[in-house]
Amino acid sequence: MGKKLLLQNDNVPGIDTYEVYRQHGGYTSVEKAFKMTSDEVVEEVKKSGLRGRGGAGFPTGMKWSFLAKPEGVPRYLVCNADESEPGTFKDRYLMQRHPHLLIEGMIAASYALGANTAYIYIRGEYFYIVNILEKAIEEAYTAGWLGDNIQGSGYSLNMYVHPGAGAYICGEETALLESLEGKRGNPRIKPPFPAVKGLYACPTVVNNVETIAAVVPILNMGGDEYAKIGIGKSTGTKLISASGHIKKPGVYEIELGLPVEEFIYSEEYCGGILNDKKLKAVVPGGSSVPILPAELSLKTPTGEPRLMSYESLSEGGFVSGSMLGSGGFIVMDETTSIVRNLHTFNRFYHHESCGQCSPCREGTGWMEKITHKILDGHGTLADIDLLWDIQRKIEGNTICPLGDAAAWPVAAAIRHFREEFEEYVSNPSSIVDVKHYYNIHNLVEA
Amino acid sequence: MAKVTIDGIEIEVPDGTSILQAARMIGPTVAPPAMCFYTNLPSSGGYCRTCMVEVTKGSEKDPRPMPKLVASCRTQVMDGMVVGNRTSEKAVDARKGVVEFLLLNHPLDCPICDQAGECHLQDLSYENGSAKTRTDFERRTFDKIDIGDKIQLHMNRCILCYRCVKVADQLTPERVHGVMNRGDHSEISTYITKAVDNEFSGNMIDVCPVGALTDKTFRFKSRVWFTKPVTAHRDCDKCCGKVVLWYKGEDVLRVTGRKDQWGEVEEFICNTCRFDKKRTSDWVVEGPTNLSRHSVISANHYEKLVVPNELTLNDIKPLNP
Repeated sequence: MGKKLLLQNDNVPGIDTYEVYRQHGGYTSVEKAFKMTSDEVVEEVKKSGLRGRGGAGFPTGMKWSFLAKPEGVPRYLVCNADESEPGTFKDRYLMQRHPHLLIEGMIAASYALGANTAYIYIRGEYFYIVNILEKAIEEAYTAGWLGDNIQGSGYSLNMYVHPGAGAYICGEETALLESLEGKRGNPRIKPPFPAVKGLYACPTVVNNVETIAAVVPILNMGGDEYAKIGIGKSTGTKLISASGHIKKPGVYEIELGLPVEEFIYSEEYCGGILNDKKLKAVVPGGSSVPILPAELSLKTPTGEPRLMSYESLSEGGFVSGSMLGSGGFIVMDETTSIVRNLHTFNRFYHHESCGQCSPCREGTGWMEKITHKILDGHGTLADIDLLWDIQRKIEGNTICPLGDAAAWPVAAAIRHFREEFEEYVSNPSSIVDVKHYYNIHNLVEA
Repeated sequence: MAKVTIDGIEIEVPDGTSILQAARMIGPTVAPPAMCFYTNLPSSGGYCRTCMVEVTKGSEKDPRPMPKLVASCRTQVMDGMVVGNRTSEKAVDARKGVVEFLLLNHPLDCPICDQAGECHLQDLSYENGSAKTRTDFERRTFDKIDIGDKIQLHMNRCILCYRCVKVADQLTPERVHGVMNRGDHSEISTYITKAVDNEFSGNMIDVCPVGALTDKTFRFKSRVWFTKPVTAHRDCDKCCGKVVLWYKGEDVLRVTGRKDQWGEVEEFICNTCRFDKKRTSDWVVEGPTNLSRHSVISANHYEKLVVPNELTLNDIKPLNP
């Protein structure tokens, strides 16, 4: 049984209410934090080695220490709850069942940063969670954990929940800030980074829900103690949203460093492949990270067992590795069509591209049209090379990481499953998907 | 002051200068093309990605190269920076890709487009694009929209450079002109079709690098290379009154702001000057506009007028018998 830090009280009934949460040791981290100076709290988080749980894995303590602190300018903490990555649903689970954990983390983090206003920017589709959070915030205000002079410490904090309007791009931190300011959610051109000029041109830290929640166990157990959990530079526990062809999909808290094989096949976690079929591929960190074929997802290129950690999953670079990303673990069995799956991803990124910079705006749509053409049985071998060339020209050339996120799945799918694409274009009538197309359009098979 | 080397040419520029501006100071041979950056419009730039360059040395203090290509219009120079533009294979390749992306949904209706001949996208494609297209998909289309009674928006041709949005942002306190929808369905729009009612709205036409925003008083009157530009001015109580008149025969077909070497308007002009003053008698003519020799407009046997020295009686020689 792996160690649980965030979901340890998951089975306690009524943990989403203040009384029960407080009885189970809630808000002790804030009490602890108030006994320290804000710099000591930041130091504690630095020691813990906590890395951002939203996808990029940037060290949180480092991010906090970059925050500019000019005199007379307010600072903000913004919680990024705009969880829209296909395959990721851990933040929803956390906020829905443990709203007070997030609020507690927000108070501790705001205190560390010296922010007197904190925002939770939540995905528009999670409207029902807005109510849960607002109820919890109200309880926290009543109990004196929010508002002026919290628990007599002299520190004041106000917290607001702000629902988005359903755009994936608003999960990018600068687009999120634009949207929070009431503008169109377009990513800003960096620099300046939010740590210098963020919300309302003031220094701002944007953190993922899980990152902020992880501050609570870090303060409770101490940074050094937290750093002992996990493996190497991947410290602590991570929520994984497991989905796809597995027996037990759901949100699991794992200790970083768990072997991928154990995660997929053990009864404690996913419980094996659905209907005991063979594993074909794994997308280990949400739709934007490169897909890995079965052998590479269980073993690294050097033959070591692949572990669920930032380093192990990215071993081999993008040629034979992937990323831990946001922890959206999608498992595909042998019946899955990689081409169709890629088309789904392409359609998503085409739909969600904000349209600011040309490579992403035009390229995502182009890639979608090409995969659609291949699925329809009209593809040519040249189309595969074209697809490769397009992704190469999008990657790294855009304002925000959405361009990269759209390009990586394409690159990885072609790199690892080129034969399947070739089968689609050279022998379309043998493909089930294509047969279906021919049937519904009353076409004679070629 | 910062020393920066672009394509092997060194120049010293004030701190805070962008790479693009530094390259422009050296000259047109090293200056990257820019489709969305506009000197006179703060916060413009960064969108089109045509001006991307490779930074092979970050600065004297931190000589590491930058991991990605950077948008030169929005990146400031550092002392000791080494930049590759046309000498960088990566930058040239990426730019070729960007041209392809920009043309992907462009209708290529140059034969019937008023902008042809002074279109930045045409220049960009000739210089950096490839001769053949790799797409045979249907292009996205929009309906034409009137923005006020003098400007027409032809969204099919738009490359979403946001320049007109920046103009509108500066002109009007209310957000009446902006971008709607997302991704490749994005559309320049005014929320209510005729809402842009401002004395300087005509400048959107001048800043538009393609034929998306056109002057309705000039539409289909003439190909631009059949007109002759003449620099002129008038006393205007709203703007600087410094313009270029575009003649065909005796008629002034259109009035625009004066553009510099980089195709950017030097000073914005008002709608009265632009749309209502179309007689020679309204203006004080300064002389023919000096155009680049390479411009297609110059191809119309049009050269700068050489004003002869004043004649004196002594200059007149009697005819030979």
